[in-house]
Amino acid sequence: MTTMHPGLRARRRRSLLRTAGFLSPWLIGFSVFFAYPLLATVYFSFMKYDGFTAPTWNGLENWSYVFRDYPFFWPALGNTLWLVAVMVTLRVAFGLGIGLLITKIKTGPGLFRTFFYLPYLAPPVAATMSFVFLLNPGTGPANTVLDFFGLPQPGWFKDADWSKPALTLLALWGIGDLMVIFMAALLDVPKDQYEAAELDGAGAFARFRWVTLPNIAPIVLFAVITGVIETMQYYTQPLVAGKVASGVIGGSGQQFEPGYPDESTLTVPQIVYNLGFQRFDTGSACVVSLVLFALAMAFTALLMRRGSGFLSAED
Amino acid sequence: MPGNRRAVRSTPARTQARTRTRTHTRTSAALAAAAAVCLLAGACTGSGGGTAEDDPNAETTLTFWHGWSAPSEVEAIDANIDAFEKKHPNITVKVVKNVSDDKLNQALRAGGDKAPDVVSSFATDNVGRFCSARALADLKPFLAKSGIDPAKTFPKPMLEYTQYEGVRCTLPLLGDAYGLYYNKDAFEKAGITEPPRTFSEFDKAAEKLTRHKGDSYSQLGFMPNYHGYETTVEHYGAQFGVDWFGEDGKAANASDPGMKKLFQWQRGLVEKLGGFSKLERYRSSFGDEWGAKHPFHTGQVAMQLDGEWRGKMARDAGVDFEIGTAPLPVPDGETESYGKGYLSGTVIGIAQSSPKQNAAWELVRFLTTDTGAVVDFANAIHNVPSTLAAMKSPRLNKDPDYRTFVKIARHPESRHAPGSVNGAAFLLTLQDLGYDYESGREKNLDAGLEKADRQIDKDIAQAE
Repeated sequence: MTTMHPGLRARRRRSLLRTAGFLSPWLIGFSVFFAYPLLATVYFSFMKYDGFTAPTWNGLENWSYVFRDYPFFWPALGNTLWLVAVMVTLRVAFGLGIGLLITKIKTGPGLFRTFFYLPYLAPPVAATMSFVFLLNPGTGPANTVLDFFGLPQPGWFKDADWSKPALTLLALWGIGDLMVIFMAALLDVPKDQYEAAELDGAGAFARFRWVTLPNIAPIVLFAVITGVIETMQYYTQPLVAGKVASGVIGGSGQQFEPGYPDESTLTVPQIVYNLGFQRFDTGSACVVSLVLFALAMAFTALLMRRGSGFLSAED
Repeated sequence: MPGNRRAVRSTPARTQARTRTRTHTRTSAALAAAAAVCLLAGACTGSGGGTAEDDPNAETTLTFWHGWSAPSEVEAIDANIDAFEKKHPNITVKVVKNVSDDKLNQALRAGGDKAPDVVSSFATDNVGRFCSARALADLKPFLAKSGIDPAKTFPKPMLEYTQYEGVRCTLPLLGDAYGLYYNKDAFEKAGITEPPRTFSEFDKAAEKLTRHKGDSYSQLGFMPNYHGYETTVEHYGAQFGVDWFGEDGKAANASDPGMKKLFQWQRGLVEKLGGFSKLERYRSSFGDEWGAKHPFHTGQVAMQLDGEWRGKMARDAGVDFEIGTAPLPVPDGETESYGKGYLSGTVIGIAQSSPKQNAAWELVRFLTTDTGAVVDFANAIHNVPSTLAAMKSPRLNKDPDYRTFVKIARHPESRHAPGSVNGAAFLLTLQDLGYDYESGREKNLDAGLEKADRQIDKDIAQAE
């Protein structure tokens, strides 16, 4: 091996330091907010730890408790997967649909954009409370309107079969974020491709299928992946909806039944909270957090791999 | 009115990024969010070595966290703190209001300079954990030092829910008693002259007061369903004298005759009043429990199981009927125990991590045992007083409805569900069985209760 020229070595060291310097904010962030929490989570998942007294080794007991004995794990996981499948699909489809419509509108597009974007700005708690009020099966205006047209009136947030569809409606109402992203992507599609397609005799659907979709595929993939991750962390809306609909929003020493009604709005992040902060079982909360993380990683990896076929080299 | 309003966490801000790099950041954020719970919990252990060697006569400042938030409540507690500071000019109290139990739990876990010295909580269910983990200091040495005999000072049920397995880490600071509110006008119309004393009388009254209208009601005698606000297993349970756990500490609901009777009675009343589905449909038309459109206020239900706050709330809502109050009925053949009810309330304790425990004790002692302070506070926020002396005080609010609840609080057989290391998890397990049984999803009550007992034991074993 030849010895490196001292000047070259110094230059390389400087370059390395410079690279490290530029990377350091990310490295610090990565270590503090990613690596350490992950390692701590793995560590505590094997410990009995109530948050007050010192943790003690617990082996696989937390894991076995969560999977075998904790009554809310499987219902919560089922609900979260339901929401991932239905809510993400509908949100992407609806967001894309609204985006397409708005890019086509000639008169007053700004007004429509504002109209669809505004709900997204509503704080999640306020938006959810309003929805519970609007969809109150007895006193809410939604069922009054359905009644007027002679349509069946669901129990919405008070009926286990309808609570998740009601949450999905709420998510579709706040579609503003996706609409903006899709709109930007749609406006970026080169016009000449549409013109060429039209010359070839392509109809509206063919233009969408062969011109629009390939051009916006990376954005669709992004929307799906972020949608899946966001939905796996879905916490505020189902919690507030369950609490408000059940009526148990106060009460001395009264505990809220998670997932009202009948565990139908219980999501995985809610049980992390229930275990960690209400049952003082930090170890089991860590197990659930790790399951959630593993699932989010698996979904993301799968989608990235599946979706990579959509993406061209320059994406 | 109790103010157990739990904080709601908001979802992380949404990111609008378009590149894969940003997606990766989002994934990292997802991980961080999921793991942060454990990081926060794991970074610190709160059971620091609190000492009781501080001089209570030295100049000092105490931090006191409480959960009251309504202006009248905050004003009332501030008035008590002013009175304390006048009595103890060397101690300044820094009060932090509207603290949720979740925040309190985390502060007690974290300890440190910013942690409170004295804390009060609405969640009596968490006393088991606070005491067993020694997050709050044992108050026995302080009580002994001040020559206070708890048994002669506080009502027995309140003494029970403020300790756990012999560790007295909290004391009661006002309480809530549960009883029956009834619409006197509706009673008169139905020809009922007295509030029911037994559950069979209660069922008959509920049926008489119920007026069906199509597939709904124009008036319901009573909402027995478990989602009907305060109609919970533990509130019913106090009347049936259930013990929840055996002497070995294992869940003993399947073998408790009271528990079985409770479930059967509740289910029976559901059937008598029109069945689960019809009642649930009607329940969905109820307004908010803490709002003016509460079904008792609107006349939708003629009888309501509730705490001492309901009378004032109903009058504030401007109800157009006369209100009556009474203890909840008792099972047939147990009329000698009529007058009892379910009790709960606010608890107060000293953080184990506080270096000023002697000074903190002075504040706790004043707020919990000074008759004047307890009476003033009870009158101001319309809660039940938590000392025997205050209950007998001539200065206590003389409103007969309020007095009904004071009597329930004084009844020797009134009770609270016992504390547990995992909070109210066991009650929620039984409540879940209640939903399944009343709706017909669980047909075999014995099997359901046995299953619930197994679940409760597993949950407690996991938490211990």
